[in-house]
Amino acid sequence: MPKKVIVRQSSAHLPPETRRTNFEEVVCGYSEAEALTEAGRCLQCKTPVCITGCPVKINIKQFINFISKKDYKGAYKTITEANLFPSICGRVCPQERQCEASCVLGKKQEPVAIGLLERFVGDRAQQNDWHETHPVEPIDKKAAIIGSGPAGLACAYDLAKAGVTVVVFEALHRPGGVLIYGIPEFRLPKEVVFKEIENLRGLGVTIETNRVIGKIHTIEELMTRLSFDVVFIGAGAGYPKNPGIKGDSLNGVMSANEFLTRVTLMHGADFPKYGTPVGIGKNIAVIGCGNTAIDSARTAMRLGPDNVYIVYRRTLEESPARKEEIRHAREEGVRFIWQTVPVELLPDDEGWVKGMDCIQRKVDETGLHIDSKFFLYADTVIYALGTMANPIISRTTPELKIDKTGYIETSEDNLMTSIPGIFAGGDITRSTGTFTTVIHAMSTGRRAAKGMLEYLKAGQ
Amino acid sequence: MFEIVRIENFSPSTFLWEVRAPEIAHAARPGQFVIVRCDEKAERIPLTIADFDVVSGTVTVVIQAAGKSTFDMKAYKALDQISDVAGPLGEPSEIENFGTVVLVGGGLGVAPVFPILRALKLKGCRTISIIGFRSKSLVFWEGRFREYSDETIIVTDDGTYGEKGLVTQPLKQIITEREINRVIAIGPLVMMKAAAEVTRPAGVRTIVSVNPIMVDGTGMCGSCRVSLGGEVKFACIDGPDMDGHLVNFDELLIRQKRFSKYEKKSLELYEKKCQKK
Ligand SMILES: Cc1cc2nc3c(=O)[nH]c(=O)nc-3n(C[C@H](O)[C@H](O)[C@H](O)COP(=O)(O)OP(=O)(O)OC[C@H]3O[C@@H](n4cnc5c(N)ncnc54)[C@H](O)[C@@H]3O)c2cc1C
Ligand SMILES: Cc1cc2nc3c(=O)[nH]c(=O)nc-3n(C[C@H](O)[C@H](O)[C@H](O)COP(=O)(O)OP(=O)(O)OC[C@H]3O[C@@H](n4cnc5c(N)ncnc54)[C@H](O)[C@@H]3O)c2cc1C
Ligand code: SF4
Ligand code: SF4
Ligand code: FES
Repeated sequence: MPKKVIVRQSSAHLPPETRRTNFEEVVCGYSEAEALTEAGRCLQCKTPVCITGCPVKINIKQFINFISKKDYKGAYKTITEANLFPSICGRVCPQERQCEASCVLGKKQEPVAIGLLERFVGDRAQQNDWHETHPVEPIDKKAAIIGSGPAGLACAYDLAKAGVTVVVFEALHRPGGVLIYGIPEFRLPKEVVFKEIENLRGLGVTIETNRVIGKIHTIEELMTRLSFDVVFIGAGAGYPKNPGIKGDSLNGVMSANEFLTRVTLMHGADFPKYGTPVGIGKNIAVIGCGNTAIDSARTAMRLGPDNVYIVYRRTLEESPARKEEIRHAREEGVRFIWQTVPVELLPDDEGWVKGMDCIQRKVDETGLHIDSKFFLYADTVIYALGTMANPIISRTTPELKIDKTGYIETSEDNLMTSIPGIFAGGDITRSTGTFTTVIHAMSTGRRAAKGMLEYLKAGQ
Repeated sequence: MFEIVRIENFSPSTFLWEVRAPEIAHAARPGQFVIVRCDEKAERIPLTIADFDVVSGTVTVVIQAAGKSTFDMKAYKALDQISDVAGPLGEPSEIENFGTVVLVGGGLGVAPVFPILRALKLKGCRTISIIGFRSKSLVFWEGRFREYSDETIIVTDDGTYGEKGLVTQPLKQIITEREINRVIAIGPLVMMKAAAEVTRPAGVRTIVSVNPIMVDGTGMCGSCRVSLGGEVKFACIDGPDMDGHLVNFDELLIRQKRFSKYEKKSLELYEKKCQKK
């Protein structure tokens, strides 16, 4: 008799009807039994190709083996050798394009659910306080980290563990970068991020919020008056791209960043208990179909509108968003309009958007383009067309070399910028690849920390 | 946390806060602003820096109670703490010896004009100030303006103090009669628009300080977009100072009403709460 195939364990999900009315986490995560069953699917390959798919090369085979042995602490130790925040990455990594895409099991059946297993371990660690706490031997060096997104946090962690005095400067009133102001609560509960940041504080890292570097202190000032020995720039690429079509300044038209910030960071869904309104209507059109667009559409859905549309110029297959997120959005009632570009946003009598003229372009079997024009009624338009480098730091640091589009240039080996002692990573850099993911930002933060420590050593 | 060290009431609706924030005071330049968030539930409120003092380590803002958040701010007392003050934000005003400069402040806009006036005077400019209020009881900082201005003209809408009329009337007269190298106008949008129209025919460079609705103040959200000569600019990082002849004021006026429905709602709730008390 053939061996019975164990299917990939799916995690429990909140049902679409309830979840569209609240901001609770949609994917519930594994129970211990589910985690053990899923870990049991791993073949413990001689050459674990899964590892090649992970940008930070977590020893996936080993951590899964620890799970099977119920040594969850061992699993946590294994993961955190490469990735400091498994609870975060287990939730937000595009696993289907990274580790899970490489898993051999994926050839014949479904790959091992590496992300869910990683999250299981990370959550256990958070519940049981397994994070690093032992005091470190301080060395007489000071590092300034600009920005508290995943790149900055990862860099701060490694430097603090090496005994460096670390101060993180964050522009907003709350640390975490996109993890806090962008990615919605129902995908990444803020509690998970707060815990990691608390752990970082436990290691002695100071976080100074409300400090926009380039404004309150220039980078030069950090190195002179404030006597930092090294600086890491992890300022992200928050500057939203504009649609650039007629009517894009109408009321009711806003960037995904603005919309998500109003809801996620400022608690706009709880207006007027919280002071910041969100200001959306009943028919919401989101332009774009990346992670940010899907997050915006799903967030909008939770504010009780009549319709939420995603309008995307290409097809489903070409969308850069995770397929799971698109599925979740569909289940929640978001409607997708493919191969369509808005050409003009039209106003009502008071300067509010009332809808958009769109062109849908389909190609028939003979390769002929068939365009159809239609009007989409929408009293709110949210554009999620990607972001560009924020210019605050480069404008106030003229010696800092940037590329044509404003991203900071760094050397490939240690991520040092054109100014000695100043390093950069995460979304504000491009030379290190074009991925803009949380795990990529973290990995550059860690690589820069290594470069910074070597730089400090060489300077002694 | 940030301490409010001093409060001064100018009128029932306008008041001054001096807040301890030594690092901001150290870095602040005329024309810049801060974003204040009073407590966990509050909005982020942009306010122009009306004064800063490195020695005492304080920054001063002058606030007009316009809606729920600014009404809430009226309830604070000296030595109270507020959660967040971020700044200085925005580009500083251009400060050079331009020659003769006219500084126009309307209503609350009088406060943010002051540090620019002082800096220009110290650079050697000849300074003519025109400050306008609705009525005599709302006048503030006359003495500070006289100290740094070669000429000071005060106007009130109702004629209860100084000349009767709007700031644009003396501005028009000065522009036509004398050689003026630059005008700086800060106040309500309609006033800045009118001032820019007065100076446009003569081609006198006119700087206004735009105040669109903001969230982060760091260039991340695009809420503060302004059309400047047909190009999109973000007031929080490209401004708030902008060329008054290029700003699309009509668009800005509409955009300021983006949240009016909600602002009304929260003000109503606020008033209800006050009545209960
Ligand atoms: C809505 C949304 C959803 C996403 N979903 C996913 C996902 O599911 N999976 C995934 O892998 N990636 C996702 N991403 C991408 C991912 O979040 C980013 O690639 C990642 O956060 C980049 O990290 P970072 O540290 O470089 O910058 P950021 O996270 O952008 O953080 C930068 C921080 O620096 C601060 N800052 C900026 N300028 C200054 C200054 N001058 N002084 C002080 N502080 C400053 C900012 O306020 C911010 O807090 C998403 C992005 C968005 C916007
Ligand atoms: C760069 C800049 C500098 C400013 N300087 C000062 C100042 O020195 N003193 C002062 O009293 N006011 C200043 N303002 C305006 C001040 O921020 C608003 O009056 C305040 O946010 C209103 O909040 P509210 O809840 O009390 O009133 P609301 O009822 O919410 O709104 C009243 C009016 O304020 C505007 N407004 C509302 N929210 C915002 C926001 N987040 N950002 C900007 N405008 C908003 C609206 O267009 C509305 O017309 C400045 C604004 C900007 C952008
Ligand atoms: S960090 Fe991301 S890519 Fe690496 S193993 Fe974990 S989930 Fe996969
Ligand atoms: S490739 Fe897949 S099956 Fe093989 S070790 Fe990695 S996770 Fe397990
Ligand atoms: S306030 Fe958000 S970009 Fe200016």
